[in-house]
Amino acid sequence: METAAGVDACLPIRSDMDLVWVRQHVRQAAGLLGFGLVEQTKLVTAASELARNTLVHGGGGRMETAGLTNGHTRGLRLTFSDEGPGIPDLERALGDGYTSGDGLGMGLGGARRLVHEFAVDSTPGVGTKVTVVSWADRSPRPRGEF
Amino acid sequence: MPEHASTGQHGSPAREVGAFLRRRAEQISQRWADEPLFRTVFTVSRDEAVEAGRIVVDALAQVADTDQVHDPDAAGFTVVREQLSRMGAARSRAGFTTAQVSNDVDALRPPVENLLVADLPDEPTELVRDCTTALTVLMGTMRLVVLETALSEGQALIERQRLQLMEVATPVIKLWDGIVAVPLIGTLDSARSQVVMETLLEAVVDQHARFAILDITGVPTVDSLVAQHLMKTVAAARLMGAECVVSGIRPAIAQTIVQLGLDLGTVITRASLADALAYALHELGADIINATPGGAGHR
Ligand SMILES: Nc1ncnc2c1ncn2[C@@H]1O[C@H](COP(=O)(O)OP(=O)(O)OP(=O)(O)O)[C@@H](O)[C@H]1O
Ligand SMILES: [Mg+2]
Repeated sequence: METAAGVDACLPIRSDMDLVWVRQHVRQAAGLLGFGLVEQTKLVTAASELARNTLVHGGGGRMETAGLTNGHTRGLRLTFSDEGPGIPDLERALGDGYTSGDGLGMGLGGARRLVHEFAVDSTPGVGTKVTVVSWADRSPRPRGEF
Repeated sequence: MPEHASTGQHGSPAREVGAFLRRRAEQISQRWADEPLFRTVFTVSRDEAVEAGRIVVDALAQVADTDQVHDPDAAGFTVVREQLSRMGAARSRAGFTTAQVSNDVDALRPPVENLLVADLPDEPTELVRDCTTALTVLMGTMRLVVLETALSEGQALIERQRLQLMEVATPVIKLWDGIVAVPLIGTLDSARSQVVMETLLEAVVDQHARFAILDITGVPTVDSLVAQHLMKTVAAARLMGAECVVSGIRPAIAQTIVQLGLDLGTVITRASLADALAYALHELGADIINATPGGAGHR
């Protein structure tokens, strides 16, 4: 199965306006890949959280998107990367309610709950890379619910 | 040629260029009229293009006369700004990038340069070179002036549209005595949330509202920042003596909010704006009673 055109992209994250493009692109790409409304909304919301972290905490960066296929299921991988300060204590950052700024501290942990696969690669002083994957069909769920 | 008698007497190459521009104003504006910058703006009449060109040449001559070829603030450039920036803006609106407009302006230089060199056949090469340099600088400054104007116009336009959007998108509607509603549409970034909050609080005071309904049917994404803004607005309204009701949380968004872990805890929510209104009316003691078939109520 070929990847739908217009899914793969690299978008800059440098301003509030860029966050709007990020959300629109993810929404559109997820739609093209056949995501249902709920999965689409979850992925867009996760993207919004992660992109804002890239902007606010990482000092700006980019989002790369890639369409995936697994048998008959299509998925979308989003990679957010920045060359910011990194996350010194990842466990704490992933916990609900922890913020180093004046946020709610729900973004990172919340985004993890909203997607099917979630990975953070962060090195203090070097930067942060967050990769998430969601599938149009909820069946392939590596972090099983039960 | 008799005109050349004056060459060399003025001293400064810039003034030399000024004299040349006046002398050749007609030919220059004729040639410019065929360049994209002029051609694409004055599509109806070539005469108008030539006329606009003449005005620009005249203004450039004035700048050169006063030895200000380097200075974007020279008085003569005011006219250039008016004339060329209008063209630049027209090109930008037509979807041309700043780089293209820059190229368009740059394309005006070669025809003038050719005329200048042709005009000074018997002059010492040094003078020809100095004059050409002065002309290049003059045209470069003109390009800077045009781009500056085009950019600042673009920024002003964006800023204007942004402000318009903010205002357009936050009308506060009085639904009933003591009940106001804001239908939120689009992205709730920090700046817009601030506007929403201020507009709503003003309306609460002006209309002595006891209930304020925030309808988010038109908000595509509710993430932690949007939720935070909503909760701040609710808290502020409460301080002003009004209870907020958030309506229009669609099912997909409701599921997302829960999984994200956001706790709208103390916020009163209703599925639709109608439900929110019914709730507020009930709280105010003005219940809506559905007319039952065969009942006494009139339609
Ligand atoms: N890309 C990043 N670079 C550096 N630090 C980050 C990055 N992303 C997250 N963090 C750190 O992790 C913390 C938790 O992030 P999280 O998104 O959960 O909360 P928040 O952004 O502070 O608030 P919000 O609830 O508004 O998102 C942040 O406060 C920040 O210290
Ligand atoms: Mg965050």
